Amino acid sequence: MVQSTGVQRAKMSRHQRTPLKNTNNVVEVKSKFEAEYRRFALKKSGTGGFQEFYRLLQTVHRIPSVEVLLGYADIYGDLLPINNDDNFYKALSSANPLLRIIIQKRDVDEPVVFATNSLQRRKKGLAGLRPAQQKTKPGLMIGHPQDFRQISSIIDVDILPETHRRVRLHKHGTHKPLGFYIRDGVSVRVTPQGVEKVPGVFISRLVRGGLAESTGLLGVNDEILEVNGIDVDSKSLDQVTDMMVANSHNLIVTVKPANQRNNVVLRGSKVSVGGNSSSGSIGSTISHDLAPSPASQSVSHYSNSNSVAEGDSDEDGDIIIESDILPYLPDHCVSNGNGSHREFPLSSSLGQRPLPQSIFLPSSGSLSDSKASLNSLTTPTHNGSPTKTSSSQESMREDGNIITM
Amino acid sequence: MMKFRFRRQGNDPQREKIKQELFAFNKTVEHGFPHQPCALAFDPQLQLMAIGTKSGAIKIYGSPGVEFTGLHRDAAAVAQIHFLQGQGRLLSLLDDNTLHLWELGGASRDRGGAKSEGVVYLEEKRNYSLLGRPGLESCSASRVTVLLLLSSCDLLCVGTEGGGIHFLDLPRLSLRDNQSLLLDQVMQSIPEDYRCGKSLGPVESLQEHPKQPGKILIGYSRGLVVLWDLSTRNAEHMFLGKQQLESLVWERSGSSFVSSHSDGGYSVWAVASGNTYTHQPVSSSIPYGPFPCKAINKILWRTIQSGCPVVLYSGGMPRASYGDRHCVTIQQDKQHVTLDFTSRVIDFFTVHTTDPEHDYDDPKALVVLLEEELVVIDLLTTGWPSVPPPYLAPLHSSAITTSCHLDNVPANHLTVCVCVCVCVCVCNLAPPPRQQELLLTGHEDGTVRFWNVSAVAMTPLYKLSTANVFHTDCDPNDDPLDPTNDPEALQEEEWPPFRKVGCFDPYSDDPRLGIQKISLCKYSCRLVVAGTAGQVIVLGLSDEWSDHTVDVSTVDLLQDREGFTWKGHDRLEPRASPAPFPPGFQPLVLVQALPPASVTSVMLHAEWNLVAFGTSHGFGLFDYHRRTAVLARCTLHPNDSLAMEGPLSRVKSLKKSLRQSFRRIRKSRVSGKKRPIPTPTSKIQEANAALADQEEVAPVQRRIEPRSADDSLSGVVRCLCFADTYLRDGTHHGPTLWAGTNSGSVYAYALEVPGVGTGRGRPGGEGSGCVEAVLGKEIQLMHRAPVVSVCVLDGRGKPLPEPYQASLDLATAPDMTNPHSVLIASEEQLKVFSLPKVGAKTKFKLTAHEGCRVRRVAMVTVCSTAQEDYSETSLVCLTNLGDLHLFNVPALRPQVRYDCIRKEDISGIASCVFTRNGQGFYLISPSEYQRFSLSAKVITEPLCTVELERPLETHIRSLLHTNTSGNTHSSLLETHTLLAVPGGDYNRTWPRCSNVHK
Repeated sequence: MVQSTGVQRAKMSRHQRTPLKNTNNVVEVKSKFEAEYRRFALKKSGTGGFQEFYRLLQTVHRIPSVEVLLGYADIYGDLLPINNDDNFYKALSSANPLLRIIIQKRDVDEPVVFATNSLQRRKKGLAGLRPAQQKTKPGLMIGHPQDFRQISSIIDVDILPETHRRVRLHKHGTHKPLGFYIRDGVSVRVTPQGVEKVPGVFISRLVRGGLAESTGLLGVNDEILEVNGIDVDSKSLDQVTDMMVANSHNLIVTVKPANQRNNVVLRGSKVSVGGNSSSGSIGSTISHDLAPSPASQSVSHYSNSNSVAEGDSDEDGDIIIESDILPYLPDHCVSNGNGSHREFPLSSSLGQRPLPQSIFLPSSGSLSDSKASLNSLTTPTHNGSPTKTSSSQESMREDGNIITM
Repeated sequence: MMKFRFRRQGNDPQREKIKQELFAFNKTVEHGFPHQPCALAFDPQLQLMAIGTKSGAIKIYGSPGVEFTGLHRDAAAVAQIHFLQGQGRLLSLLDDNTLHLWELGGASRDRGGAKSEGVVYLEEKRNYSLLGRPGLESCSASRVTVLLLLSSCDLLCVGTEGGGIHFLDLPRLSLRDNQSLLLDQVMQSIPEDYRCGKSLGPVESLQEHPKQPGKILIGYSRGLVVLWDLSTRNAEHMFLGKQQLESLVWERSGSSFVSSHSDGGYSVWAVASGNTYTHQPVSSSIPYGPFPCKAINKILWRTIQSGCPVVLYSGGMPRASYGDRHCVTIQQDKQHVTLDFTSRVIDFFTVHTTDPEHDYDDPKALVVLLEEELVVIDLLTTGWPSVPPPYLAPLHSSAITTSCHLDNVPANHLTVCVCVCVCVCVCNLAPPPRQQELLLTGHEDGTVRFWNVSAVAMTPLYKLSTANVFHTDCDPNDDPLDPTNDPEALQEEEWPPFRKVGCFDPYSDDPRLGIQKISLCKYSCRLVVAGTAGQVIVLGLSDEWSDHTVDVSTVDLLQDREGFTWKGHDRLEPRASPAPFPPGFQPLVLVQALPPASVTSVMLHAEWNLVAFGTSHGFGLFDYHRRTAVLARCTLHPNDSLAMEGPLSRVKSLKKSLRQSFRRIRKSRVSGKKRPIPTPTSKIQEANAALADQEEVAPVQRRIEPRSADDSLSGVVRCLCFADTYLRDGTHHGPTLWAGTNSGSVYAYALEVPGVGTGRGRPGGEGSGCVEAVLGKEIQLMHRAPVVSVCVLDGRGKPLPEPYQASLDLATAPDMTNPHSVLIASEEQLKVFSLPKVGAKTKFKLTAHEGCRVRRVAMVTVCSTAQEDYSETSLVCLTNLGDLHLFNVPALRPQVRYDCIRKEDISGIASCVFTRNGQGFYLISPSEYQRFSLSAKVITEPLCTVELERPLETHIRSLLHTNTSGNTHSSLLETHTLLAVPGGDYNRTWPRCSNVHK
């Protein structure tokens, strides 16, 4: 589980350093397995990793040999998975002060489904009187923890102007469409001659359930400025379309959001005034990292808009089949989702640094975390990635090819 | 001119210099027939012919190889062209009522660092637009109807719609004030009884008296003809015609003239001195009467020393029965021929004696410009046969469907070709033996035409028809080869005596006959053509008539795939009885792919006697030596329903029709708003409307979705390639076949060809064993873009030589010691993989960087202008934006980029074909190829001189008295003071050109 922005890391570290409510650095844990509850306390610092916590729960519940799935309830009442270091730390940091853990048996016939609003919290006062409002809005479905993977991230926050946002969409291994439409339009630019109307490319529509919509980082009428580091200025709509499709497996778009309220750096300016926000709030617009997948390579070379990213190892997944007699090439050879597990030597060397997980929730219009963005301005953008044992197949794919005999 | 778009460029000045010596982009010449011609002029003195087009272009043609082009700044149609005879100047009248004066100018042009002299070009010098007198005449009254250039070339008479005639001084193009001849002046001298109403109508014709300069004949639309003396400004004679006038022509002696009328008749008038008024013509006739006839638009009257005068006129056909025909009639005494053309007659002229000492016209030829072709009739030979013009051949006599270029065609092989050609098409044009380049065009009617494109003039060599291999609905006795072969047989026994002339025939008997792909081996003269109904025909060259049966075999590309039904057209039925095949390319084997989908790719390897072909369903390999199919491979994706159902599928048509109807709605919405409003305040309204438009019009949307595996037509085989390389291991090389599909798959087969290297299939060669194909590798490109080209590179990174090139010692043998690599170009990326282990070596992601897609790629070898022996092999890509990118191989570093074709010109981009020496052709209209050059050294462009004597300039050009073209055609345009130096080869023509201006 990896975060590409400094924002997330910074937030994580803040929780470790400056607990606001738990003065004694202790997290209350209430875990539930089937009908049984256990309550215990956990030190925030030095808790070890996910594996340690997993074993701890197994011993606490006395189920040493049972394969389980861990989930926790976040402050919004959503049941979210804990399956790696990152989301474990995220869970710890979101304890308020109680961390509610739900343990479920693995390999149950019906698959476990995590969903937003899956845990109905008791409503107090007037809010409780109006449950209907909540029911009309169907909860976002969150899949099985194993299926999670990183689908998007905000990158290069430190080098971009505050009004712009650089979003990376990861498409590997899914059949989910990228799901957005672009159109021609007129953009207003400030030039030395004054304000000028110039042609621009805009997002015209988001497909329901598509990748772009689920990230929440792209919106209708956002102006597209760059695609994978290449300025779209003076390019036609068809050219931009082709560029995006050609880069679809690893699409990095720089947009000027139509809605400038959720900008990262807007908060950064608040920081300087000294605004401090409440703990436990999740960076709402930041990222959507759900996966145990490593972020791929460093993206710092995209910072120069003129630079051409050559020799990037993000793809080259051409499949070469050598054989004497082969059946018809099966479809799934390509789209079996292996791509998302690709390991790169560069990122693994940077790895090890645990990063928190964050989930974007459309409902949270909350302000956020000032320190985080402040830190982000100074943090170099490098990607960390957790250690991962690369299988022999993966190591072969490093040079770009799968060779099956 | 060079644009460097890539970051890594521009660092190394040395490399920059080399690049400048190697690459330069030039659009050189236009081949073919000008699109939509609408004006014609002829300068008998310089033997130059000019054609004006609807798009505002003027093209001047001299002897073969002499061509100039000029383009008006405004893209208005050229209405009339007139030469200032002998001066190398011409006047053009545009549709927008402006007059333009053009001049042939000589200059030295900077080309690739070297000065190139002897380039003559056409440039516009002055223009003039006639304004109506405010308040007196309406706007249309000053509209120019006719122009007359006096033979002295210093005065231009301009006839207008309002009936006035204005005089302009030449070449200054300035109006002679107060000299205009207005209608009232003429009206004064008209007898009272003739005058009815006020107007005489527009000026329809102006003709100068052939013997007495300074007198002009003025014909008004209402029928009045006035002989006007310019010096005395006095009407000398009035001819009180009653019929609506169309045109006038003088008899050479000046004693009579002929007028043609809108009722389809013509009249001869005598010009007798003394009498001021003539009421009746000497004779009058309506040749195609008595039923109502259409107008005779133009008439010519030419006297002959040895007999009756010849009358030539266009139109005049009986309105009811033949009103839709496009005809020109030639009449002399009892002889009468109605030339029946397939397209509209634009204009015509005769080539005749212009020497004033001579008493007779003695016309030699009639030149008729039609909308789609130029027809020349020999008037000296009895029967008035048509003569194939040496250029301006209608490329599009049937629509062009494909083209293929070959260069360095060995002279000996081509002579065979040419000999055959000469006896096949009665084209007495013997091409010069130095020709080296052939362009083959495939047409919709199943013909393949061979063109010599070595020089500026594109000359037809040979026409091959494949229709006679099949049994079609058309009459089997009808010789489909050349209708002009035997004009008597086609002549209809009826009145009018029609004779079909010209070869423009846009109607195809059977669309399935259309040629889709061509592959020719220039060493063995084996030709493969493949067509719309899955037919692949292997042809061999023979110089005798033959009536053998053609072997037919079918290859089922679907094999064991089930659940698919082909709903497209049937395959063509092969002819059952043996057909006589004329000398030339004669079919040997016919292979028919099943289902009979259009062939999308074909490749011939004459040395191995193999032909590979691909359709939207798969590809096959056929051994034409043993006449057996070697391999059939289905490339279909199971979800691909469109390919299965054929082009007439219901699924597709629904999808298509929906899309089209949406587009139509959108278009009508937009065009409805852009209708111009012809009011004075329209500008403000327009601006407001434009502002409103921006808000209202629904913007175009594009969906961003990656390619999925089940896109339709994913199985289309886009390219095929034979190569002798290392596929299975690094120690043994052998024949291989590569096929790339629309879905980004590449299949590589190792071939077992018996007797490779010992000359299989050639006389004396032993090799009767079976050819076997074994699948070696399958490559699936991750980005799934269609594979446009596959090319195997040898150990030095050079493309492998063509078949026979190495074995005949015509090219340096490929480097087989170092590892080979394969270059796979998809629509989005260029990639080089190592062989035999397919590992990615280098790549260039064009679409990801530029947003454009690759349409055409080719390997070209360009030579340096500075060093004689230095050349580089590059990969040239034409993208969907119409620009050309050059990459070096195998490093795939971008070298240069040029804009070439407008991106809206889809047919131009689709028709582009590259030559190996860095030139290319694309269609700029259905009938014209634009030639361009990427090489700084190899440039084909007209280099010619014109001898001129301009009275107002002391500029007289020198002349080189050699006839370079040596043509033996019936020479209408042959004797001339004009010299062409066809610049087919830059090196060769270079020294000659420098001589020209000594």
